[in-house]
Amino acid sequence: MSHYYFIPHTKIDQILSYFEGNGYKCLAPRHLEGGISYAPIRKAEDLPWGYVDEQKPGHYQITKTENPQAFGFTVPTASVKPMLFKAKETVWKVKRDDSGKLGFESVVDVEKIAVFGVRPCDLRGIEIQDRVFQHNSYNDIRYSKRRENQFIIAMNCGTSHFNCFCVALGDYPRADKGYDLALTEINSGFVAEIGSDKGRELLLYLEVDAATGAQVEHALNLIDNAAQMQHKQLPPIKEVEAKLMANLEHEAWDDVASRCLSCGSCTNSCPTCFCHTERDIPNVLGTETEHTREWDSCFSIDHSYTHGETYRENPKYRYRQWLTHKFSTWRDQFRTKGCVGCGRCVTWCPVKIDVVDEINTICK
Amino acid sequence: MSTPDKLINFAKRPKIAVHKFSSCDGCQLALINDAVSLLELATIVDIVHFAEAGPLDEFAEVDLAIIEGSVNTHHDVHRIEMVRAKAKYVLSVGACALTGGIQALRNFTDEKELRHWQHDVYPEETEVIIEGDLATAKPISAYVKVDFELPGCPINTGQILRAIRQILFGVEPEKNVDPVCTTCKHAGVTCVMVAKNESCLGPVVADGCDAICPKLGRGCYGCYGPAKYANMDAMIAKLKEMGLSDEQIKHKFHHINSQAITFHGVTARTISQ
Amino acid sequence: MLYTNDAYTPHEAEIVEFIKDHHDIFTIRLKFIDPELDSKYSFRPGQFNMIYFYGVGEVAISIVNDRNHQKGRFEHTIQVVGRVTKGMMKLQTGDKVGVRGPFGTSWPMAEAKGKDVVIVTGGLGNAPLVAATEEVLQNRNEYGKLRVIHGIKSQDWLIYQDMYERWHNSPDTKVMMATSNEDPVDNGKWEWKKGFVTAYIPELDIDFANSVVMTVGPEPMMLAVAKEFIKAGAKPDNVFLSLERSMKCAIGHCGHCQLGSQFICKDGAVYPYPACEKLLAVKGL
Repeated sequence: MSHYYFIPHTKIDQILSYFEGNGYKCLAPRHLEGGISYAPIRKAEDLPWGYVDEQKPGHYQITKTENPQAFGFTVPTASVKPMLFKAKETVWKVKRDDSGKLGFESVVDVEKIAVFGVRPCDLRGIEIQDRVFQHNSYNDIRYSKRRENQFIIAMNCGTSHFNCFCVALGDYPRADKGYDLALTEINSGFVAEIGSDKGRELLLYLEVDAATGAQVEHALNLIDNAAQMQHKQLPPIKEVEAKLMANLEHEAWDDVASRCLSCGSCTNSCPTCFCHTERDIPNVLGTETEHTREWDSCFSIDHSYTHGETYRENPKYRYRQWLTHKFSTWRDQFRTKGCVGCGRCVTWCPVKIDVVDEINTICK
Repeated sequence: MSTPDKLINFAKRPKIAVHKFSSCDGCQLALINDAVSLLELATIVDIVHFAEAGPLDEFAEVDLAIIEGSVNTHHDVHRIEMVRAKAKYVLSVGACALTGGIQALRNFTDEKELRHWQHDVYPEETEVIIEGDLATAKPISAYVKVDFELPGCPINTGQILRAIRQILFGVEPEKNVDPVCTTCKHAGVTCVMVAKNESCLGPVVADGCDAICPKLGRGCYGCYGPAKYANMDAMIAKLKEMGLSDEQIKHKFHHINSQAITFHGVTARTISQ
Repeated sequence: MLYTNDAYTPHEAEIVEFIKDHHDIFTIRLKFIDPELDSKYSFRPGQFNMIYFYGVGEVAISIVNDRNHQKGRFEHTIQVVGRVTKGMMKLQTGDKVGVRGPFGTSWPMAEAKGKDVVIVTGGLGNAPLVAATEEVLQNRNEYGKLRVIHGIKSQDWLIYQDMYERWHNSPDTKVMMATSNEDPVDNGKWEWKKGFVTAYIPELDIDFANSVVMTVGPEPMMLAVAKEFIKAGAKPDNVFLSLERSMKCAIGHCGHCQLGSQFICKDGAVYPYPACEKLLAVKGL
C-alpha cells in the first residue's frame, strides 16, 4: 500500500454519497453572495469550480477563471470554527412552573458534520480550540460532541493570498495532523493521505489507486509553491511573545487605536478566538427561557465591564488585549500559539490594520 | 437612566399604555406584527391604551408607558407631560423617540427652507407647519424623564417583547452596545465594505436589526443609532478613502439618527450651507 | 470536582432565608434541591458560585459559609450593582435560583496554620473572607493570633454585626474597624478608627514575619495593604488577595476575566501577592 492515493475529481460525488449514507451533513466551500464560504453541498458541481480569490488588507474579491480546480481559492471567508463553537447557540433551557420550581435541561445537538476542504491553518485553529473547550480544566460537552461527530477532509494549499502568514509563524501550508483525510488538488483530482481509520474507510469505499510518483511530486511542489508565495515576515514567535509583553506602554498602541474601529471583525473572523457572552432569551409569558452562548469580542466596550468598572474602556487597551493575548499570553494559557496565520483578521479589517505590521512595529 | 431598582415595586399584573407621537407607526407595528405574542402578553398585563391596536384611555394611570415618536408641537409637549405624570415608567422606542428621527432633519434648517421642503415632500399645498409652533423635532427625553430606551427604525418584534419581558422580571432591558459588524460576522455575512466596496456605517452603528441591510448586500444606514463605542474619525477616514466627499459623508449621518450625540461631529454643520 | 459532565448548566437551589443586610446589600441562604447534590456539595473558603436569576442571567458571587453552620447550607451576600443583582434584590425566602460551583482557588488555610492570621477587608470585601475567618475560629488551636480589620465608608454601612461581635469575643481574636468618610462613634464592642485599614498595623501585636495576610477590597486598597504589611515585615508570599473581573462562564472558556495570562475564574480569584503584583500595575490590562 502506498502512502499516497489518487482520487479523481469524478469521484467527488461518491465521497458525498458516502457521507450521506453514513449520516453526515457535508459542508464544503461554496461560491455564495460574493464570497467563498462553507455551506451544505449535495453534488460535486456545487463546489466553487474555477473560482480564485484575491485577499489584501481590507480587500476581498473573487473571480471565475478557466482554472479546472474546485479548490483554486485560498481560505473561505470564515473558518471551521462556527461549526464547532457556534456563533450563537442555546446551551441550556429552564422552565419555571407555577410553584416557582426551576427545571434545567442541558442542550446538546448530535448532528454529524463532514467538512470537505479544510485548509491547514484552519485545521490548526481546531487543534487550538480543542485546548480551550476540551483539553482544559473544564470541558464543553457540546463542543466535544461535535468534534466526536466530525469528519475532516483537509485540503492542502496550492496558493496563498497576500495576507497569508502561516510560514512566518513557523507553520507550513500542508496539513500535519488532525484530519481524517488530507488532499492536495492537482489537475484532475486529489492526491490523498490518510490520517485516521475513518479516512481509511472512506478511501476503501472509493476504491482508489495509489498515486503515481509524478502526481505526488506535483502535489508537493504545489504546496511548496504556496509557501513561497507568502512574503510576510515576523521575528521568531518566542521573541514576539516576549517583546509584546515587554512593550505594554509602546506608543504604537495609541497609534493603532486611533485607526481601529473596534468593530470586532478581526476577532469574529479568527479561527481561534473563543470569547463569548451568555444571555437569557425568555418567552413572553416568562414560563421558559433559553440560555444562550454567543461570540463576544475583546473589542466590545462591555467585554471588561465588571461591577461598575470598565477596565479596558480606552480602545488602545482593547487592541493591546487582542494582540498580546493572541501572540503572547496564549502560550501560558494553552501551551501553544494563538494564531494560525490565515490572514482573515487582515482581510476583514475594514480599515486595513495588519497584525503583522503592528507586531513588527512593536517588536522592532 | 433613572432608578430601575424601583422595578422592585413593579405591579404583578401591570397596566401598559402605548402612545404615538410624531412617527410612522412602524414601531407600534413591531408590537402588533406578532399577534400571537401580543395576545399572550395581554394575558399577563393589561394593555389600557394602544390606539393602533384598539384600546383607548390616553391618560390612564399606568405602570409602563411605551412611547413612539418625537415631540414636534406644543400639543405634543403637553401630552407627553401628561403621559409622564400618569406613568410609573416610561420606555421610549424607536429612532424618533430617542433622537427625533428623520423629521429632526428640520432642526438643521430654517423656516423658509422648511416651507420649501414641505412643498417638495407633500403632493399638493398642505399646511403641516403651524405658525408659532415648535421649530424643532426632539426626542422624548428632551421634555420628560425617560426610564428605558430601545433604539431602531423601526424597532423589531423580538426586541420590544424581550424588553417588556425583562421589565416584568424586574430588570432594565438589556442594551445593544456592539456594532452591526458583530451580527454580520455571527451570521456569516460577507462584509459588504471589504468585498463590495459598499459604504457601510456598520462599524459605528448599534446592532439590533440583525444586519438586515448587509444581509441583502447593502451598506448599513444607521437605523439603530450609534454603537456604544464608535471611532467616528476612523469611520470618516474610511469613507473618504472609499471616495466619498465630505458632503456625501455628512449626508450619510444626516438620516435617521441625525441628532445622536455621537454623530454630532459630522452632522452639526447645516445641510443648506 | 462537582462538575464532570456539563459545567455550563446550573442546578436548582432554594432560598431558605432572604436577609436584607443594608439598603442595597442582601444575603441569600441556600440549599440544593437535589438530595445528592445537597449531601455532596462542599467548598473551600474563598471560592465562588455562579448564581442564576431566572430569566435574566448569572453572576459570580463568593461563598459565605452558613451563619448557623448547618450542613448543606451556604450563603451569598450580594450588593446591588448591575442588571442582574438589581433584579435579585426582590428575591424572597422560598424562591428558587440556579447555582453552579464552587469555582476558583481558595485561601491558604493549610499554609496559615501555626501563623498569626490577619484578615483585611474593605466594603463588601468582608464576604469572601467570612468562611476563612470561621475556619480559623473552628480550629482555633491550630492558628496563631487572629486580627480582623474592616474598612467601610461610615458606620451605618456595617453588615454582619452579630458575627463581628462573636469574632471579637473569640480567644486571641480582635476586630478593628476603620471608617473613611466620617468620625466613628464607639459602639463599645470593638475598636473604631477614622482612616485607612492600614492605620491599625502598628497596634496589631503580631509576629509579622510569621503571619499570613488575606485581603479583599477595591484593588488600590488591596495593593496598599500588601505593600504596608510587607513593609511591616510580612513575607510577600504570605500576603494573599482576591481579584475580581467579569465572568460569564466561570470555567476559563468565555475569556472575560483575563488579566494577562490569568483566567481569574480558574487560576484565581485568590492569588499570592507576588503572582499578581506586576499584572495589577499595568493600567487596562
